[in-house]
Amino acid sequence: MENVRILPTGDSSVSVEFGNEISEAVNRRVRAYRLVLEKAGVPGITETVPTYRSLMIHYDPFVIPYGALREKLEALLAQTDQVGIPAGLVLEIPVLYGGEAGPDLAFVAAHAGLSEEEVIRIHSSAEYLIYMLGFTPGFTYLGGMDERIAAPRLTEPRVRIPAGSVGIAGTQTGIYPVDSPGGWQLIGRTPVRMYDPARDKPILPEAGQYIRFFPVTQDEYDRILREVEAGIYTVQTHARKEG
Amino acid sequence: MGIRVIQPGALTTVQDLGRFGYQQYGVPVAGAMDPRSLKLANLLLGNAPGEAALEITVLGPELVFDETNYIALTGGDLGAVLDGKPLPRYRAVRAEAGQTLRFAGLKSGCRAYLAFAGGPDIPPVMGSRSTYMKAGIGGYQGRKLEAGDGLKFRDPQPDLPFPERRRIGTDFIPQKLYELHVIPGPQDDHFTEEGLKTFFSEVYTVGAESDRMGCRLEGPAIEHKHGADIISDGIAFGAVQVPSSGKPIIMAADRQTTGGYAKIATVISADFRFLGQLRAGDKVHFILVTVEEAQTLMRMEQNRFDMIEAFLSRDT
Repeated sequence: MENVRILPTGDSSVSVEFGNEISEAVNRRVRAYRLVLEKAGVPGITETVPTYRSLMIHYDPFVIPYGALREKLEALLAQTDQVGIPAGLVLEIPVLYGGEAGPDLAFVAAHAGLSEEEVIRIHSSAEYLIYMLGFTPGFTYLGGMDERIAAPRLTEPRVRIPAGSVGIAGTQTGIYPVDSPGGWQLIGRTPVRMYDPARDKPILPEAGQYIRFFPVTQDEYDRILREVEAGIYTVQTHARKEG
Repeated sequence: MGIRVIQPGALTTVQDLGRFGYQQYGVPVAGAMDPRSLKLANLLLGNAPGEAALEITVLGPELVFDETNYIALTGGDLGAVLDGKPLPRYRAVRAEAGQTLRFAGLKSGCRAYLAFAGGPDIPPVMGSRSTYMKAGIGGYQGRKLEAGDGLKFRDPQPDLPFPERRRIGTDFIPQKLYELHVIPGPQDDHFTEEGLKTFFSEVYTVGAESDRMGCRLEGPAIEHKHGADIISDGIAFGAVQVPSSGKPIIMAADRQTTGGYAKIATVISADFRFLGQLRAGDKVHFILVTVEEAQTLMRMEQNRFDMIEAFLSRDT
């Protein structure tokens, strides 16, 4: 298959690279190929890690040495464009915008020359593709934010940003999964835990899914938070309408 | 019961071979910086090679045994002393209840591994007992050991069979110049001919900022073709990342799962035993090998483990 490269990343993993750009089309092929590998069930493959434009494949060389793995991977490449990818799942993430939860909403609105309500409407009307997870457990690299609400990073990063904070940095938007320092403009906060090591499924989002934010009131935020803490809140999902 | 921590030392954490299966969710692997020394310590005690143990960095802790158990110490020489007598490394030793283990000071390497027969009683998180401090998961409450902590044994073996036989030669030998074998890629094509030549011909010095996340090297800058940035992709243990400064960083156990700097090469698994023992001031030199050669060396190392295991598990 043209433009696909299988690159060794040491003696126990390879990176299969599908292109050199951040695009939904390239990312879709990464996901499709991952699905092909899952279906084929190649013995010796121990873990796969999808990223923007490549799939990292960890393997046990005692089960399948490099040469044999490469041949297998090359043979399976042809199926990438034939496999049917199921419609992406959209995770509905509640957000309390502005106020203490989103101290930079006013700045983002002023920077965009829009009202706070318009920023909220624009931010909560898109379905953001989760290109990949990385940086810290449960951090999603999202694509597809409307450039009208883009905003520069803070000149002085905050020392501690609470988990659940929703922010904007440049043309990116995202959620802080754990308390951490950071320089994103904070526009709101979700009571949903993207990451909880004690949970059966510690990390909620998966690469290839989509996130859609919906605004909630303080009362709704408090109610959802109580349900999250009691372990009874379920994030609403639906299959994305393609096209 | 188990051990009590009187002084924690510089950085003492519980580590096994790492947390696999969660890199797709952004969870770093963590695990022992020198996996070979961890495995050897466990083999000496009849533990599974990937059992969790204490990774002890540079300045060791002071530990009191509240319960008798066999222990084994491997890796760098941190000057271990059990109740006033030097504790021999690379052999099973019975530590009696009431005895104190101290570390007099670093003699060689950077990290020692202290394993306990039956392993420490620590709940696995996402399938691993390794401590990943940044996210506060695994190990002892997700953090390094502190004074006053108590670590229980899961299945102590105060009467381990054939204790005299449980010894091997000192496995870690410090080097004047560490030769690290590397496989080029995944982004070796992001560097100029000159950059690649620099990387493979110069000697680099381990910097003081090195930690479990990465080993930072000082030395001649490695030239990129068009800058250091790439579209973020996955990072393997041993990946040599070269940011815009041109100074290489060898990514280690606590590396992030993905990153946006070009990676010129990857250190082979058989050389992680050196990678985990490097400390500030040590000299390293990179040597190119193929994936096939690296996998042959992996096989040789595994054969050695298998032989040790077979020898120790004979029942006569």
